[in-house]
Amino acid sequence: MDGPSTDKELILKLSGVSKQFGAVTALDGIDMEVHKGEVVALVGDNGAGKSTLVKILAGVHAKTSGTVEFGGKEVEIGTPGRALELGIATVFQDLALCENLDVVANLFLGQEVNPWRLSEIEMEVRAWKLLGELAARIPSVREPIASLSGGQRQTVAIARSLLLDPEIIMLDEPTAALGVAQTAEVLNLIERVRDRGHGVILISHNMEDVRAVADRIVVLRLGRNNGTFGPDATQEELVSAITGATDNSVSRRAAKRRGDTVEEGAGS
Amino acid sequence: MTDTQKFDRADTRVREDEGLAGAARAFFDRVRSGDLGMLPVILGLFVIAVVFTSLNPVFMRPQNLTNLLFDAAAVGLISLGVIFCLMLGEIDLSIGSMSGVASAILGVLWVNVGVPWPLAILAALAAGAITGAIYASLLNRFGMPSFVSTLAGLLALLGLQLYLLGNSGSINLPFQSFLIRFGQILVMPGWLSYLLAVVPGAVILVFGAQNRRERAAANLSAPSSSVVIAKAVSLTAVLLIAVWYLNLGRGVPYMFVFFVLIIAGMEYVLTRTKFGRSIFAVGGNREAARRAGIKVERIRIYAFMICSTFAAAGGILAASRLASASRQAGTGDVNLNAIAAAVIGGTSLFGGRGSAWSAVLGVLVIQSISNGLTLLNLSSSLRYMILGAVLALAVIVDSLARQSRASHGRA
Ligand SMILES: Nc1ncnc2c1ncn2[C@@H]1O[C@H](COP(=O)(O)OP(=O)(O)OP(=O)(O)O)[C@@H](O)[C@H]1O
Ligand SMILES: [Mg+2]
Repeated sequence: MDGPSTDKELILKLSGVSKQFGAVTALDGIDMEVHKGEVVALVGDNGAGKSTLVKILAGVHAKTSGTVEFGGKEVEIGTPGRALELGIATVFQDLALCENLDVVANLFLGQEVNPWRLSEIEMEVRAWKLLGELAARIPSVREPIASLSGGQRQTVAIARSLLLDPEIIMLDEPTAALGVAQTAEVLNLIERVRDRGHGVILISHNMEDVRAVADRIVVLRLGRNNGTFGPDATQEELVSAITGATDNSVSRRAAKRRGDTVEEGAGS
Repeated sequence: MTDTQKFDRADTRVREDEGLAGAARAFFDRVRSGDLGMLPVILGLFVIAVVFTSLNPVFMRPQNLTNLLFDAAAVGLISLGVIFCLMLGEIDLSIGSMSGVASAILGVLWVNVGVPWPLAILAALAAGAITGAIYASLLNRFGMPSFVSTLAGLLALLGLQLYLLGNSGSINLPFQSFLIRFGQILVMPGWLSYLLAVVPGAVILVFGAQNRRERAAANLSAPSSSVVIAKAVSLTAVLLIAVWYLNLGRGVPYMFVFFVLIIAGMEYVLTRTKFGRSIFAVGGNREAARRAGIKVERIRIYAFMICSTFAAAGGILAASRLASASRQAGTGDVNLNAIAAAVIGGTSLFGGRGSAWSAVLGVLVIQSISNGLTLLNLSSSLRYMILGAVLALAVIVDSLARQSRASHGRA
């Protein structure tokens, strides 16, 4: 568990966190640490339990057992409101936006400025600034979310999580639907958030992105910890930790392609 | 572009809908994409007026219209309440019985027990609030669908109403009291009604100008002043004509104005407060609202309490209109008329869309139809069938508009 940044102050510490969905054990004794100013990447195959872990920390699901320490104290994150209070903001994989509300209303949902006389203008200006930082391409913030493209929605969800200036921000596949410029912007943003001294948990299937920004890479496999790596880990190391074998479909495929090109070369 | 680039005009793909022509264009775009707004209702009212006047000219006489407004306030208030449930994607089927119970409580406490009427009203409203809280708790604790709990509540409340009224079956309310005169005869003096008719336009102008100033200061685009002025002028013109016409007969009932003021207040709550925003959010996507930290359970409790309390208030207005609390109060078509009015006015049965104004427009449609049918001396069997068809039509329009919005990407 010794990553490169253990000298920095610890914000979040999970020990032995498990989650049971009926007969399915989605998470089994997960340990993880996040320090100030650190990007922790969480990788693993489909169904490995990454989103489940994020949802537990976001207060969406209750953990079955284990402890979560936040800022040195053990905490129960019973509701999403509690997570936000603690300063844990989340971009969910399924985004969780209200289609019937416009962009501004979605950004500020639950955090509206001036509850008894909503300050629409102030919210709209802040919305434009926030979206500007993300290089968002959103024509109008007064259109309902239903009329936005997938990537635009993702940008809105990311902007939403930044609104409260959280201690930790968790991004569940934030760049899955984003264009080239927007992905770069999100990676820049992750670095900016880290430089401000906040912690980031990033889930992504894109190893290039992960290695570009992560300080530590935590691998989950079938709901268990399966190793922690530095950003300098090789592709093979990561893939074998993710799939659980050195002889896996990824390496076989790579070998096959190498073989194909050799044969072609021989044939001509 | 220039340094005066507005935040919301930076994207070149956004068409700038400047001035009156632009506003008209934006309006037609919205309608075409299924965002019908108030259009079907206004068309509907027009058709109703033409048809019934041609069948019986009494329909359009100012006296009859004043009567219609007196009748509309009670159902309208019930309809306003149910909007809060519909916005969450829930429903309250017991609003009619609730209004009946409220009138029974009023009658028993005021006439039989001798409590002053304002206190009796408070008791009836409290009964409404408690009923709503019970429905919401059943939903929150046991996940009991509101459709079922309120159907059970309908029966239970009907029983309570019969129990309260006892053997007599009906209680006559004192004719000379303010409450009854409020419900039957009190109309505004002409000058006051003209004054009030100018207020909405003035409000639009003042707040429109303020909004324009603030948006300009914040470097946002603002609606052009010609649009604001056109809105204010046309609204004022319509209201002045209506008031003038009503004043040819008996005038504008205080009760209807009271109803409209409450509507305006609730529209503010729905559109300009955090609570209202939360209602839209819960109705649109409950899980997203929960993850944003909104206490969904609490919002439900408030919404159901508001719904049943307004149902009780509507029952009180109905009792004052009839000057009696009877076994028939709140039964029959009251329930469905109130829900139909909300849907006809543009509040979606599917949650997440609606406005308080839909209660006013919807109830005017419903009341005009039943008033017109009564003038034609049609039996209530036919009236029920026709109103049922109108309700079905409203729901079809709602569903079609929803499909069209989905295919145009507009939620
Ligand atoms: N609400 C739920 N009820 C029952 N089982 C669930 C639930 N949510 C997740 N699971 C199960 O838990 C396991 C982990 O799911 P999770 O969504 O955490 O995977 P993931 O690592 O995020 O995968 P992906 O990369 O596809 O997003 C899966 O086997 C899934 O079927
Ligand atoms: Mg996932």
